[in-house]
Amino acid sequence: MPLAPRRTFADRFAAWAMRMSGTRPPEPVPVTLGQRRIYVLPTRAGLLYSLSLVVLLIGAINYNLSLGYGLVFLLAGLGVVAILHTFRNLAGLSLTVGAPTPVFAGATARFPLFLHNPDPRERRRLRAFLPGQPATATSATMAADLPPQGSVRVLLPLPAPRRGWLAMPRVTLETVWPLGLVRAWGYAAPELACLVYPRPADAAPPAPSFGEVGGGSLAGDAGDEDFAGLRRHQPSDPPHHVAWKTAARMGAQAPLQTKQFAGTAAQALWLDWNHLPGMETEARLSTLARWVLDAEAAGLAWGLRLPGLELAQAHGPAHTHACLKALALHGEKT
Amino acid sequence: MARKPEILHPLTPAQTWWLLATGIAAFAPLAPQVPWWLAAATAGAFVWRAALAWRRQPLPTRWVLVFVTIACTAGVLFQYRTLFGQQAGVALLVVFMALKQLEARAPRDGLAVVLLAYFLTLTQFFENQSLPAAATTLAAALTATAALASLVDAQLRPLRLLRLAAVMLAQAAPFMLILFVLFPRVSGPLWGLPKDAHSSLTGLSDDMQPGTINRLIRSDAIAFRVAFDGAVPPKREMYWRGPVLTVLDGRTWRPGGKSAAADLPYRPLADSPAYAYTVTLEPHNKPWLFGLEFPVTLPPDAFATSDFQLHARKPVRERRRYALRSQTEVAYFKENHHVLAAALQLPDDLNPRTVLLGNSLREGRPTDYQRLQRALDFMRSQRFVYTLQPPLMGEHVADEFLFDHQRGFCEHFSAAFVVLMRAAGVPARVVTGYQGGERNPVDDTWVIRQSDAHAWTEVWLEQSGWVRVDPTAVSVPARIEQNLAAAMPAGEPLPWLARADFRWLRELRYRWWAVNNAWNQWVLGYDPQRQRELLERLGMHAPDWRKMGIALAAFAGLVLLALAGWLLWRRPRPDPAERQWRKAARRLARRGLARHAWEGPQDYAARVAAKLPAAAADIRAIAALYAGLRYGNAPADSLATSLATLRRRVAAFRP
Repeated sequence: MPLAPRRTFADRFAAWAMRMSGTRPPEPVPVTLGQRRIYVLPTRAGLLYSLSLVVLLIGAINYNLSLGYGLVFLLAGLGVVAILHTFRNLAGLSLTVGAPTPVFAGATARFPLFLHNPDPRERRRLRAFLPGQPATATSATMAADLPPQGSVRVLLPLPAPRRGWLAMPRVTLETVWPLGLVRAWGYAAPELACLVYPRPADAAPPAPSFGEVGGGSLAGDAGDEDFAGLRRHQPSDPPHHVAWKTAARMGAQAPLQTKQFAGTAAQALWLDWNHLPGMETEARLSTLARWVLDAEAAGLAWGLRLPGLELAQAHGPAHTHACLKALALHGEKT
Repeated sequence: MARKPEILHPLTPAQTWWLLATGIAAFAPLAPQVPWWLAAATAGAFVWRAALAWRRQPLPTRWVLVFVTIACTAGVLFQYRTLFGQQAGVALLVVFMALKQLEARAPRDGLAVVLLAYFLTLTQFFENQSLPAAATTLAAALTATAALASLVDAQLRPLRLLRLAAVMLAQAAPFMLILFVLFPRVSGPLWGLPKDAHSSLTGLSDDMQPGTINRLIRSDAIAFRVAFDGAVPPKREMYWRGPVLTVLDGRTWRPGGKSAAADLPYRPLADSPAYAYTVTLEPHNKPWLFGLEFPVTLPPDAFATSDFQLHARKPVRERRRYALRSQTEVAYFKENHHVLAAALQLPDDLNPRTVLLGNSLREGRPTDYQRLQRALDFMRSQRFVYTLQPPLMGEHVADEFLFDHQRGFCEHFSAAFVVLMRAAGVPARVVTGYQGGERNPVDDTWVIRQSDAHAWTEVWLEQSGWVRVDPTAVSVPARIEQNLAAAMPAGEPLPWLARADFRWLRELRYRWWAVNNAWNQWVLGYDPQRQRELLERLGMHAPDWRKMGIALAAFAGLVLLALAGWLLWRRPRPDPAERQWRKAARRLARRGLARHAWEGPQDYAARVAAKLPAAAADIRAIAALYAGLRYGNAPADSLATSLATLRRRVAAFRP
């Protein structure tokens, strides 16, 4: 999946680094950041610090200040020690992944990442981010402190522009702790993908009510034979289905409830690819996604027919997910 | 790859406090060195910042800061008449620090505060490189490091930040030591120093007016230290020769025309006592070096003048060590008649009574030696009082001293005596320098202070050449035999260190001086020469910068490796129960049943039991034991038995 139109220097370096460390994405989890996979460079603050030390050294030499030499050498030693501490803050860290929650196209996917600290010392201010993401957005929210032998979960945001599987690109783990003078970082590329549903169409044509026959709105077409329960009132619900008695009991503050009935009409609802002739594939999928959501919101049972795929009529979150997943992966190679 | 971490976030209160502490720690040692108004303004800025932070109020607007900047810069300009000298530079750095505190909004500004603090700390060394200064520097470095860490990790508690900074600085110390010893030293300066660079140095000047030495005597500052190698001359023989003054110009004595001699203008007498010693001279911004009368060797980079003075080629602006040999008696060569003529000059209309007395000494055509004896008899016959508070004297200093007040100190004694001898037709001149010193029994060095400054005379006798005559010693022997305190009438204020009371305090002082001496010799006096000596003693043959560089890289590399090893390879072994559990899991992994990272012992056991019914009982038991050991709260003794059982079961576990 192309991430950026142009490969940046960081991308190239990361690819080279992954090759050099003998790992090729995707890596099996847990990924452990061994010492040979960690890179260290001074930050801008570190460069300023070094520059200042050079100026201080010249001053000490010029004015022959023995204590000046001492100060400069102590600070130089501190810089070296800072490298080791920053390196140690990252070295040995291990990383596993969680299951990302599916999102709709156009939204932001969040990849859950678990950082584990195997050591009996604290690790602090660890940042994880995905390439191409603004550092401020990630660094502000994703700096994590790890207690000794503890774990922490971070969520890495990535825009999901298109439906289908959104693979998580390589993760950069970095830290500038403790002094901010050097930055240690490493790459990990565990296999993780987030399902991206098609974006539900904003203005969808009305859904068909019965079988092959189109026409009529979904709303209000739920059956009305057997009382099945209550749900939150929607403005499109017919007034005679509102649970007025319940509303009277609960008082004005409580939201209105709508009586739900399991009827034969719902059993006949099919959302069919072929109901939308002449539309583009993506528009069709968007429309179908909207219908699926509407049907679920209306508490209906529905089936989904796509070319070469038929999902039997059902309702509920699992069924919604299955339908949206089928729509998301329509035409994809997986 | 450089990112800008957390720059967009404003400073937290904790970070602000740390930066304030950094500013104070860097500024406090400098406070006595900057003009009082600047010290007050800076302290005010710190208090202002603290008040704003305390009340969580916003920082002052840009216009206020611009105004304060202009006002302070103008003040510095007014004070020093420049912005570029050393002192003006320090003052400007202080201004920047004060303003940066009031302007620091983001961690980036915090970095600027820390770097400024480093520069301020360095400038403190212009004036003060003592042991206490080193201690305050360490405190400043600690605070600055903690502040740097707080910029990255604002949530760490202050004590943990301090501990982190202390640990890191302690780990940096070996690097500092290696760099300090092995970094090739060059003798500065790399370029011209500002004109005001050495204004703070004190010492003997090359002219003498009434009061010049008096001022010096009131100072306890150390002029130089001497370590004798072998015999030590008696204290009354310790005349440390400095500028020689021949020309009397009104009330002021000035050096006469003198030339640099290619060699010593005298030669040692074989049978006179010789002393070998090393002088560590404090910088005094004048070219002369001090030595016992009379040096018979020349230190490197030095020459002798025709009036037997040791001169360095450049003013002494750093502490300087040199080895010397002196003999108390030397044979003079023939003195130039111009020199002798100059040593007889007297201003025409000054000191008429002294001139009259001098002329009277010539009665009966005595030899120059007899004339000298008559003058000394006169000095002895009078009741001179040695005092640091002589009465105010007018134009005829010698007259007033000899005949009116008869109160004064070495300056008056020597000046009057020279006038007297010249009037008597004997060439004479004033010699300034130091007399005596104080032995530190702790490290057996002699400390010569400004309060030991002295002036004596030399007279030219045809038979003997230049002869030292100390009229002070003749009139008030206690000054030379003992010390200043003994010479002075009771009740006169003395320099603090010249007092004899408080024996234990004196003992303590001796120790402190010894420590200071070691500090001066080995830390502050660690110059290219000292470095070469030390490295040769440590076994480096003919050290040069290449060899030092190699040794530096090697030692720094070794320390780095050791430190890295210590920091990075301290992975704990997992606890015994964990090790047994992993062993069991490894065996199961070989059967294709690897444990998932997220799987707890019970879940894993259940999964294995379902897949491998034969091993079900074993794995359940092992998992239960492990879980009990890891997460249970059984008493310690039962833990040991559980562990033994676990070991046994895992050893026997063959899925």
